[in-house]
Amino acid sequence: MLELQGLTRRFGAATAVDAVDLRVPEGQMLGIIGRSGAGKSTLLRMINRLTEPSAGRILHHGRDVTALRGAALRGWRTGCAMIFQQFNLVPRLDVLTNVLLGRLNHLPAWRSLSGAWPEADRAMALSALEQLDIAGLAGQRAGSLSGGQQQRVAIARALVQEPAIILADEPVASLDPRNAMLVMDALADINRRYGIPVLVNIHSLDLARSHCERLVGLAAGRLVFDGPPEALTEEAARRLYGLEAAEAAAAPPQRVPVAA
Amino acid sequence: MSEVRPATLAAGLPRVGEYFGKILPTLRWPVLFAGSETEGSLAAWFYRLDSWAWLLFETANMAALATLMGAGAALLLAFPAARNLGAGMLARQLARRGLEAMRTVPEIVFALILVWAFGVGPLAGILAIALHTAGTLGKLFAEAIENAGTGAWDGVRAAGGSWAQACRFAVLPQVAPNLLSYALLRFEINLRAASVIGFVGGGGIGEELYTVIAQNYYEEISAIVLLILLCVAAIDLLSERLRHRLIGAPR
Ligand SMILES: Nc1ncnc2c1ncn2[C@@H]1O[C@H](COP(=O)(O)OP(=O)(O)OP(=O)(O)O)[C@@H](O)[C@H]1O
Ligand SMILES: [Mg+2]
Repeated sequence: MLELQGLTRRFGAATAVDAVDLRVPEGQMLGIIGRSGAGKSTLLRMINRLTEPSAGRILHHGRDVTALRGAALRGWRTGCAMIFQQFNLVPRLDVLTNVLLGRLNHLPAWRSLSGAWPEADRAMALSALEQLDIAGLAGQRAGSLSGGQQQRVAIARALVQEPAIILADEPVASLDPRNAMLVMDALADINRRYGIPVLVNIHSLDLARSHCERLVGLAAGRLVFDGPPEALTEEAARRLYGLEAAEAAAAPPQRVPVAA
Repeated sequence: MSEVRPATLAAGLPRVGEYFGKILPTLRWPVLFAGSETEGSLAAWFYRLDSWAWLLFETANMAALATLMGAGAALLLAFPAARNLGAGMLARQLARRGLEAMRTVPEIVFALILVWAFGVGPLAGILAIALHTAGTLGKLFAEAIENAGTGAWDGVRAAGGSWAQACRFAVLPQVAPNLLSYALLRFEINLRAASVIGFVGGGGIGEELYTVIAQNYYEEISAIVLLILLCVAAIDLLSERLRHRLIGAPR
């Protein structure tokens, strides 16, 4: 169980994420929706601790991970794998090495810096690529692949981290519809097969509805919708996307109870 | 205050020409390819070619070694010095100020100090050039790193990679061709520096050049300068090709 308590991030005078409370049970596929600038990316980056929260707490199985430092922080990050809209691979490294970067934190420092990866890690990376149907690309430069292929490499990298949570920040926003479907299917498959909870920021309401069991809506940093896809009526969606900052601050969160 | 007086300039200019006239060898066509015993032959002009060639080789080695050492130090300091990698405030300031100091002091000043410390010879020259190289390359390296973009960096950090691991895997592969090209360019510059560092006792061909200039062995001056020119041009050509290959066609 991942639990956010009053999680807040301010940038100067602006509040990007405003006192978000959220409980994500094991095995849930959670879609996070909202307009551009609503704070979706900031929320996920805070969970991975790429962005420091201004206030509030992040708990994982009751353990407070909000203030971890050093090796403990790196361990946490390895445990909640992050997938980015722009893939964030190393373009000049080959695909297999990019996947192996997910194993960095499992190696002693001297060994990882030399780039001499253990055979077991290589095998693991290859099988992750196989699972995503791109094992044939293992030797290619990551920068030479198409967007859809790069995103699947990024998912393979996430897999070899052996994560307890997967965070995906607009994983399909840069992809054409066919590749978007492939990548969302891959995420849903991992979610079902390993029971890893997936938190995915997503622009496409159709994909959100078809792939997620629960949706939460952000507007101006506040959580204003929480329920199963069926509860996201035309009316609710219009409210979510039409809401202005001032209204969002005034609106009481519309909550639909979810079976957790 | 420095002054440039037209009169002095006018009086001096012909003397520059006169000097060039003096150092030019008197070659005689009929005996051009005669042995070194014959006045006016090429062999007589370059009568000490063997020892000069050896000195030039030593000079090129000094430049190569100094570039290697300087680039190594620059690489280590450039990562903490780069503004975008979030190294600690103290580490960044130390690295930046250190690089600044090393590139502000000219090689020849470092050499004077090091000759005093280590004695006359190539060691002082190599260290002097390496220090200055570390300073200049470190700044260039840091700028290349700052231009590398944050995507890969975030990717490695988000996966639990440490700062050093992110430097090694997210940044280094991205900037390596650029850094190599800068280092090669610096090698060309260092070859020139190594040719004169001997003036102050830093080893290489410079010592010989200094002697023949001081003793007014005019023809030998032109011979040595010509050799240095040829050597520098050859290495420039080679390294320029290599650099263009590096930047032009990334593997
Ligand atoms: N590093 C930053 N510095 C200053 N302001 C920031 C920073 N990152 C985000 N913001 C601001 O915080 C707010 C939320 O940004 P965020 O990127 O989280 O939104 P988002 O919902 O992911 O939007 P999008 O759909 O466009 O990706 C925006 O107003 C943005 O301008
Ligand atoms: Mg975003």
